[in-house]
Amino acid sequence: MSEAAAAMTSTRTAPAPARPHRRAARWYERVIEVGLRGCGLLSIAITIGIVVVLANESSAFFAHVSLTEFLGSTKWTPLIGEAPHYGVWPLLAATITTSVIAMVVATPLGILAAIYLSEYAGARTRRVIKPALELLAGVPTIVFGYFAITVLTPSLAGWVPGLAGGNMLSAGIMMGVMIVPLVASLSEDAIYAVPASLREASYGLGGGKLETIRRVVVPSAWSGIASAMTLAVSRAIGETMIVAIAAGNQPSFTFDAREPGQTATAFIVDIAKGETPHGSVAYQTIFAVAAMLFVMTLTMNMIAFRLSRRLRAQSRA
Amino acid sequence: MRRPIDLTSRRDGILAERLFPWLCRLGVALPLAMLGWLLLRVFVDGVGRIDGSFLTDAPSQLNAKVGGLGPALMGSLWLIVLTSAVALPIGIGAAIYLEEYDRRSRLASLVELAISNLAGVPSIVYGMLGLGLFVHTMALGETVLAGALTLALLILPIVITAAREALRTVKDALREAALGLGATRWQTTRQVVLPMALPGILTGAILAISRAIGETAPLVVVGAVAFIMYGPDGVDSPYTALPMQIFQWTSNPKREFLDNAAAGILVLMATLLILNGFAIWLRNRTQARRT
Repeated sequence: MSEAAAAMTSTRTAPAPARPHRRAARWYERVIEVGLRGCGLLSIAITIGIVVVLANESSAFFAHVSLTEFLGSTKWTPLIGEAPHYGVWPLLAATITTSVIAMVVATPLGILAAIYLSEYAGARTRRVIKPALELLAGVPTIVFGYFAITVLTPSLAGWVPGLAGGNMLSAGIMMGVMIVPLVASLSEDAIYAVPASLREASYGLGGGKLETIRRVVVPSAWSGIASAMTLAVSRAIGETMIVAIAAGNQPSFTFDAREPGQTATAFIVDIAKGETPHGSVAYQTIFAVAAMLFVMTLTMNMIAFRLSRRLRAQSRA
Repeated sequence: MRRPIDLTSRRDGILAERLFPWLCRLGVALPLAMLGWLLLRVFVDGVGRIDGSFLTDAPSQLNAKVGGLGPALMGSLWLIVLTSAVALPIGIGAAIYLEEYDRRSRLASLVELAISNLAGVPSIVYGMLGLGLFVHTMALGETVLAGALTLALLILPIVITAAREALRTVKDALREAALGLGATRWQTTRQVVLPMALPGILTGAILAISRAIGETAPLVVVGAVAFIMYGPDGVDSPYTALPMQIFQWTSNPKREFLDNAAAGILVLMATLLILNGFAIWLRNRTQARRT
C-alpha cells in the first residue's frame, strides 16, 4: 500500500519518466500479455490434440475394420487367432451394465444428500459433512478397486447366488459410491439456486416442508439435478481402475451383473499393461476404443452443459 | 409454464414429514460409512507391513513379506515435481488471461468452452493423448517426463478453474484503483491481484496435485512400468509410481500381496490427507480473514 502511495506522490511531483523507459515497459507488457494468451490458447490446442491423435490412430484401425462390424457385432476377440472379431458390443455391454448399477446407487443417495445439506442440515453439520464428502471424492479410484475385491465382493457373495469372483455388480456399486459426492455437490448447487421466495410462497399456501421440497424445490432445480446425473453417467463411463481391478476383465456379451465383464476402459488398461508396439494391431485397437469412449463422454458432457444452462436461464427469469 | 400446485390434495402426513429428514441423512451417512469402512479395512490390512524399510526398499516379486515401495515413492515424487512445474505456471497464466486480460472476447469464451470440455474427458483418454503425442510423436518414450506431461495436461483444467475462482474473489475496485493510479495491467495483476488471490490459487494447486498423485489409468497407458528396482535418475528414466505399484500388488494372483497393496494405499492416503488437510486449512484461514 505504502509503495503504491509513494508511487502516486512521485508521479505527481517528479517529471514523467523518460520515453525510452516507457517504451521498454510497453514492450514488456506486450510480451506478458502474449504469454498469458498462449497459456489460455493451450486449452484449445489440447482439445484439438485429443481429437487429432484419436482420429489419426483409429483411422488406421478403421482402414481394415468396418464401422458396421465394430458397432454391429457382438464378438470381441481383437488379438486372438487368425480371424479376429472386432465387435465392440461386449465392451459396451460391460460399460453400460456397470454404469447403470453405479447410477442406481449414486442417484438416490446423491440427491437425498443434496436435499439434506441444503434443506435440513445446520451450518455446523455442513462444515463437517462437506469436507468429508470432498474427502470421499478425493479417494483415488485404485483404492475403491482394492476395497471392491477385498471387502465388497466377498460380502456380496453371501447374498447374491452365482456371483463370480470378478463381477460387474461390485465394481458398479463401488463406482456408485465414488460418484455420490459429485451428484450431491452439483445437485446441492442447483437446489441452492432455487429462490427462497418460492419456498416461502409454498409455506404461505400451507405447504409442509416435505411437500415444499417434493413439489416446489426439487422440480425447480430439476434441470440442474439432471445435469448432475448426466455428468455422473459420463464419469461412470470413463471410470477405469475400479472396473479394471474388480469387474473380472473378460469381454463377454452379457448384461448379467453377476458375471465378469470388461468395460471399454478396462480393455485399454488390459492391453496397455503389456507391450503395445507403435502401429501394431493392439495399438490401433485401443485408440479406436478410446475414440468411442471420448465420443460417448463428450456427448454426455454436452447434454449436461445444455441442461445446466437451462437452469441458469430459468433462475434468471 | 408449470402445472399449478394442486391445493386440494392431501398434505404429506406427519409421519412422512418426520421420516424424510432421516431418509436424507441416510444419503449422507451411507457413503460416509462406506468411506469409514474402507479406511478402517485398509488400515487393519496394511498397518502391519509399514516400517522404515517398506518406504525405502525395492519391491520383491517373489516374497510379499519383504520389500517395499521405495522406487514407486521416488517415481511419484519426480512426477509431482515435473507435473507441478508444467501445469501450475501454465494453468495460473491461463486463469490470469481469462480473468484479468480478456473477460469477454469470443476467443476467451472459446477457451472457456475448451476448458469445460477438458474437465470432463476421462483420465484414460489423457493417457491415450500422452501415448500418441509425447511417447511416440515427440519420441520421449516411456519416460517419467512423458508421464509428467500427461498428468500436467490432466490437471490443467482443475488448476485453471481453481485459480479463476481465486482471482474472482478480488474486488474490481482494487483493480480500478491500481489502474487509476497509473499502474499497467500487469503491474496491477502482479502487485495487487495476485498477492490477494494467492492463498486461493495455492489451495486449488494443492488439490490438483493430489489428483495427479492418485491417478493410475493414464500412467498405465503412457508406460509406467509395473516392476522396477530403482527410482528415476533423470527425466528420461523409466519409472513407476505409488498407485502403479498398488495396482501391481492388487492384480498379483498371490493373495498375500494384497496386504502390501493395503500398506501402499495407507501411504498414499496419508499423503493425500496431509495435502488436503493443508489445503482446507489454507482455505478456512483465508475465508476467516475475509469476513
